[in-house]
Order: sequence, then structure tokens, then C-alpha cells
Amino acid sequence: MQTPASSPWKQAIQSGLIGGGIAVLLSLVGMVTTFSGRFIISGVFTMGQVIFLAPILLMSYSALRRIAPQPTQKLILSGLLAGLSGGVVLAALVLIGKNINLQVMFVNSSTALFNILTFGQALIPGLLILLVISTIMGGLASGAFLLPKRLGSAIILGLVWVGLIGLLRDLILTVTTRWGFLAGIVKSMFAGSGLRIVGAVIIFILITGLYYWRGGRPASTQDWITMSSKQKPLTRWLTLIGIIIVLLMLPPILGLFFSNILDTVMMYILMGLGLNIVVGFAGLLDLGYVAFFAIGAYTMGILTSPELAANPMTYWQALPFAVIACVIAGVILGLPVLKMRGDYLAIVTLGFGEIVQRLALSDWLRPWFGGSQGIQLIAQPNFFGTVLNTQQELYYLFLAGVGIVAFIAWRLRDSRIGRTWMAIREDEDVAVAMGINHVATKLMAFATGALFSGIAGTIFAAQLQSVYPHSMNFLVSINVLSLIIIGGMGSIPGVVVGALVLMGLPELLREFAEFRYLVYGALLVVMMLTRPEGLWPDARRRLELHEEELAEELAVAKVQTEAETAATGSTK
Amino acid sequence: MLRTWRQRITATDVVIWTIGLAIAVMVVYGSAKTLALGKYDLVTWIDLSITGLALGGVYALIALGYTLVYGILRMINFAHSEVFMSGPFTAAFAADALIALGWWNKYPLLSFLIVLAISAGISTLIAILLERIAYRPLRGAPRLVPLITAIGASFFLQYTFRGLYGSGLKGYPEMDIFKGFFMLGGIRVFKTQATAIIGAVVLMLILYAIVQRTKMGRAMRSVSEDKEAAALMGIDVDKVIATTFAIGGAAAGLAGILYLLLFPVAHFYMGFFPGLKAFTAAVLGGIGNVPGAFLGAMVLGLLESVGPSLFLDGLGIPAAYQLKDAIAFTILVFILIFRPTGILGERLTQAKA
Repeated sequence: MQTPASSPWKQAIQSGLIGGGIAVLLSLVGMVTTFSGRFIISGVFTMGQVIFLAPILLMSYSALRRIAPQPTQKLILSGLLAGLSGGVVLAALVLIGKNINLQVMFVNSSTALFNILTFGQALIPGLLILLVISTIMGGLASGAFLLPKRLGSAIILGLVWVGLIGLLRDLILTVTTRWGFLAGIVKSMFAGSGLRIVGAVIIFILITGLYYWRGGRPASTQDWITMSSKQKPLTRWLTLIGIIIVLLMLPPILGLFFSNILDTVMMYILMGLGLNIVVGFAGLLDLGYVAFFAIGAYTMGILTSPELAANPMTYWQALPFAVIACVIAGVILGLPVLKMRGDYLAIVTLGFGEIVQRLALSDWLRPWFGGSQGIQLIAQPNFFGTVLNTQQELYYLFLAGVGIVAFIAWRLRDSRIGRTWMAIREDEDVAVAMGINHVATKLMAFATGALFSGIAGTIFAAQLQSVYPHSMNFLVSINVLSLIIIGGMGSIPGVVVGALVLMGLPELLREFAEFRYLVYGALLVVMMLTRPEGLWPDARRRLELHEEELAEELAVAKVQTEAETAATGSTK
Repeated sequence: MLRTWRQRITATDVVIWTIGLAIAVMVVYGSAKTLALGKYDLVTWIDLSITGLALGGVYALIALGYTLVYGILRMINFAHSEVFMSGPFTAAFAADALIALGWWNKYPLLSFLIVLAISAGISTLIAILLERIAYRPLRGAPRLVPLITAIGASFFLQYTFRGLYGSGLKGYPEMDIFKGFFMLGGIRVFKTQATAIIGAVVLMLILYAIVQRTKMGRAMRSVSEDKEAAALMGIDVDKVIATTFAIGGAAAGLAGILYLLLFPVAHFYMGFFPGLKAFTAAVLGGIGNVPGAFLGAMVLGLLESVGPSLFLDGLGIPAAYQLKDAIAFTILVFILIFRPTGILGERLTQAKA
């Protein structure tokens, strides 16, 4: 978004107003009120306040970045101005809302909201506080440019970590309960909700100090990737074994509640790995992915539930049938859409997903699929005499599934078929001209994706012991799509990161559930606009999307290292 | 084209054609059997057809937005269904305010115009913002990128409106002048249905005239032919694209009010199915083609309304109306497979389709 160069003051005011507008939107949507009960620092600072102040801070920052090379005074003043104009928009909302009853239309414009926005004070002092704090936000944004870079990023990192730790209080306390004397220390840092002030200060100093001391240069993803490929095989194996041991020990550490969340995350990793093959590797945008999940779950239900089957099978007996059904469904969907690309493919797969759900819901097929009542009494897997029926035991089933599937996906990526998928993704015509059989390749992608999703479906059915057509809706497809896109299309670790962020965090922050799709939608748009390769990008994909920038970055890094070596050389 | 077909009939083609034939046989057999059973009389069929035409009119206006945008940007504006939802959802509140003022039944025409204006205005605003914020920076990006953005924008809008106006159903009050029905040659026609059909036809004619006759319409068509050449001829491409979105948005907003006349409940999810079906209609008629969108929408409305009773009742399927969405989607899938250019479609090359 290249805006024509205009005066820095105008830019600052403009960005501030946009920031204020976003803050107003978030307030009216109800996020501020909902999150105001969750403290980050107990008694001082809530998540709700973060939500209406962050847009102002971020927009001020982005305005300053655009006008960046400016004298110090001007920079500070523009920052303050941007913050103030954001505050004015919010103040206007409060003034209007206090005088006119907006609640007829905007359900969330309640008195509670206005109390939060005025920090619990009376109208006039409250508005003044609001304006002052917004202005301070703008000032903070300019601080990021004025402080030395190393100190600035250390402080930002410290603040982010304090926020995260404050929000994840419950998880951290559960994990650390068995750490002996450390548990007491950790516990003393937290209050009933969020951190104590002392705790926050300690964490902030610790993280900022550590970061600053380490030289202010964190290992970026790219370094990590190059490093891991350089590491000796032995160290790599040791890391892998360490990770496996931690993964195996998670359920007892996390306890029942968090294991349940972990199961959801694992299920989405499983589905994400499958969709990653279809969308990430082969570039076929599939919006009806839930259909295969449904087919896996329903086949499991039909074969093992005594309600429908005359001779109910066990989980393990039914598993191959479910898997085969999914592969066949994948091929059946794949055949007609072979000639389609991009948009049309997305719509047809979406239609396919909806048709499957409609059929499962209809009275016509009720004798076979149970109609809207779904199927109950689905068998749970029996593992050498123990029935896996608690969330913690089922975790191991998910883990085994994810392990196998991730291994297959990883091997497929570098195999001949994996490379053909990527060739098709990049340019189908050229790929076909080079002698790639696009029919077989695309069908393989659909079938493999369907297979993985079907496995997730069978475990899901066993976990709940029931399937309902209503849980097989379009939103599941969107969840999976969002997580692979935000994690990084075509990247296997990206799927894990995406699932943890998009599925794990909302479960930890219960209030978030209501705004889940709002945030996903915004994330998809913002991600596509600013970082289309995702959080943990696939190396090849990143190269494709950022060829020029990457070259620039490398050049800059080279100059920097040269300058650094020169500097150290001169001090010596 | 025909020769290449013959040259490369593959196993996949055989499979697809078999599936297609099987469904065609099922449809013909089902229809014949339904008619032979004589479960419904002529009046019922006509009633169903009128319902279908009214629905088709609404779809046509929404489809216009898809078709115009596709014609210019070669991209499916996935968030158009939310553009359609935003206007009427807002207008339902405006209707409440008009009732409170006492205008609703006192000045029905004025109130109706106000509601229409608000609905069209909000939808247009959302469409323009959408183009400006989400699509314009991505022009020229790989195909998948704007599509994903559109899906994201669609969800963002849906849940923003859910947050703003609440997740409940918002009733749209009925106006006295739209109550009841009149008889037309022995056929009962509800006033709302008549309004929807006539309104849709008139609006489509006006919008078609804009695209065909005005200077802006000519600019739109030239941009859809070749953006660069159009820019060289002095056309402001950005402005033309924004206008296209605005026209599509306005049509969707107006369609929304007609939709509320037929189904008087507004909610945040109301855009999804009509949007998808309007897209089906646009494809059915030939995407990028305005009269095609109208034709496709009318055909789809009829099929959706008459189809379940006609095709499926005869096959002994209980509660066939539950499958009306499934029919619409099956049509979509099969049109895209067998004739992606639609009924009146321009012949798109494979790369464009």
C-alpha cells in the first residue's frame, strides 16, 4: 500500500484516526468488554485495555515507520499526535454512547463498555485519562525509534512476554505444580487472575536483560533451518528423541483439562497435514475438506455402532474400511475437478462438502446415517486389553497418528511425487509439457489428503463415541485452511505451529471463542497482505514469494556483518 | 475442440460421463414418475414456479456482483455474500426506527425507499472498503492469494456483523402494502413475490443499461478486455474497478431488501447460501455476462423450487425439500464440469476458467 508522500503530521493524524476506528470497532464488536475480566497484571491492566489500546499503538508505530527519518523532536511529536487522534475517536464513541442509546443497534455498546473506556472514572476525568493514555501510546511508539535498536527490541520482547505469561497463567501453574520448590516461586508471581505486579516486573527485567545481554540478535527461523541442516546427525537424533520423550510425557504433566485441548490440537494437526498436501504441496484449494473427515467418522460409526451395524466391528477392524472409503471419496472428488483451477476448484469442493453434509442430515438416508440425530455408541479402540477411553489415553492414539502421518508427509515432500506436486502447483501447463501425468498426480494429492483427514475423523468418532452431521460443517474446513495458511503453506512444522496458535490458544483463552472466526478472517487477510508465506514458511515457498526482498535482506545483512566486524576490529 | 475431444477420451472422461448420465436418467425417471403419480396439481406447480422466479430475481441481483467483478478481475469475490448480508441486516434496524417514528405504514413508499437506500448504501460502502483494503494491494499476486484473502474477508465481515448486531435473528417488519396477494388469471400471487420479480427485472435492466450505455460502463468493459491497454487509453483503472465493486454492492444491497420481503428474518449468516447460489447462477448463465447472470438465476430459482418435488418425489425420497440445497450444489458441480462457460458464456480458455 503505497500512499503518496504527504506531510508527516497529516500521516500521523490519518493513522491515528484509523487506529482509533479499529479500536472503536473492536469495542463495539464486544471484544473489549469480554476480555476486561482477564487481568494481565492483577488489578492494574486487563486484556480488554490491551485490545483497545493496541490498535492505536500499532497504527502510530506504522505511521512513524513510514515517515521515519525525521528529527527526534518531530518524531516524538508526530507519535503523540497519532496517539491523541486515536484517543479522540474513542472519546467520541464514549460521548455519543453516553448520550444516545446505541444498544438498540449495537448490542455491545453497554454501560460496562463505557466504564472500561473511561477507566471506571466519571465522564470528564475518564475521557481525559483516555486521551492522555492514548497519547502516551503514541509516545511509546516513537520510543521504539528513538531508543537504540538493541534496547528497543529487548523492551518490546519483554513486554510481549509479560503479556503472554500473564494470559497463560492457568497453563503455567498446572505445568509447574510438580516442580518442587520452583512451584512455590512460580506460584508467588501470579495472582488470582494474571501476574502480580512484582512478578511482572521480575519477568520483564529477566527477559529484557537476557535478550539485551545476548546481543539482541535472536536466532531467526532462517538461521534455525540452516543450523539444523548443518548439525551433525547425532545431535539431530538426540533432539528428536528428546522431543519424543517430552511429547510422551505431556498428558500426565498437563492433566485432564489441558490434555483435552491437546487432543483437539492434535486432531487439527492431523487434518492440517492432509490439507497441507492438497493445498500446500499441490496448490489445489480445497474448501470441502471436512467431507473426508465426515466420511472417515461416519464409516467408523456405521461399522462399529450397534445402532446401525448388525455385527459391530472393533475400532481396528473398521479402520481399514474407513481409510479405503476416504481414499475412494478423494478420487471421486478428484476426477471431475481435474480440469479446474483456482477459484472454480474452491467452489466445487465447497459444494461437495455441503452436499455431503446435506445428505448426512436428510431424512432420506436416516436409516443408514442416522439423520440429524447422528450415530451413537461408536466403539473405542482397544489396545492390548486396555480400552483407550480417557482424553489422556486417546492422546497417545492421536500422537501415533500424527507421528505416522507427519513422517509420511515429510518423506512424500522430498520424493518424486512431492516434487511433481510442487511442479503442478507452480505451473501446470509447463509441468504437463515436461511429461508429468497430471491426472495421477492430482488424484494422488486428493487421495492422500482425504486419507489423513479420514484418520482424524475415525479418532474423532472414537473420542466422542458419536458423530453428528452438525459437527461436520464448513467451519471445520475453514479452521484447517486457516491453520495451514497461517502456519505456512507447504511447511510441515508450519502446520504444528498453526494448530498450536489457532486451535490451542483459543481454548486456553475461553473468552476468545466468540471472536474466533473474526480473528481468523482478519488474520488471513493480514497474513496475505503482509506475510503470505506464513509463520513458519517452507524454505522453497518463501523463496518464491520473496525473491527480491530476500536478496535485499541478504545484502543488508552482509553489509551489517561487515560493519560489525569492522567495528570490532577497530575497538581491538 | 470436438476433434481434440475424440482424440483424447480417457478413463476419467468415461467415469465422469457415466456419473452424469446416471444422474440424468435418475432425474428423467423421477420426473416422469412424479408426474404419473399425479400427487400435485397444476396450481401447485405454478405456485412453486412463481416462488422460484421470485427467488431467482434475488439471485440475479446478487449474481450481478459476482459476474461484473469476475469479468474485470478474473477473480471470485468470495466475500460478496457478506456484502449482500451487511445492507439488509442494517436496514432491518432502520425499519425499526421508522416504525418508532410512525412512518412505516403512514408513508410506506417513502419508508421503503429509505430502507432500500440504507441497505444499498451500506452494501456499497462495504464493497468499496473491501476492494480498497483487501483486494487492491494484491492485484497481480498469485491466484491463490486473493482468493484466500477473500475467504478471510468473508469470515471477518460475517463475524464483525455478528459482534455488532448480535448473533440472534432480527425480524424484518412487514409493511401493510406488501401484505396479502392478488389473483392473476386464477393464480394466487403474493404481493411480496410480485415485488421481488418486478423489482429484480427493473433493476437488472437499469444496471444492464449502465454497463452497456454509459461512459463508465464502456470503461468497465474495456478494462475487462485488457487492463493495460485501457490504462494507456486514459482510463483510470483503479476508479473503474472501485466503481464495479460499488455497482455490485448496490445491487446486492437492493437484492437484500427483496430477499427480506420473501424471508423476513435477517441474521449474520444470511449471506452464505444465497451468495453461493447466486454464484452458481452466475456460472450457470456464463460468468462475466450480465444477461447470462439473469437467465442463470431464473433457471436456478426454478430448479431449486420445483426440483425437489419434481425430480425426487417420484423416486420415493421422503422430505425431498431438505435436499434443495444439495440440488443447487449438484447443478453447480455439474455445470462446472460439463460446461464451465455456462449457457450464454463467452468461451473462456482453460487458463482463465
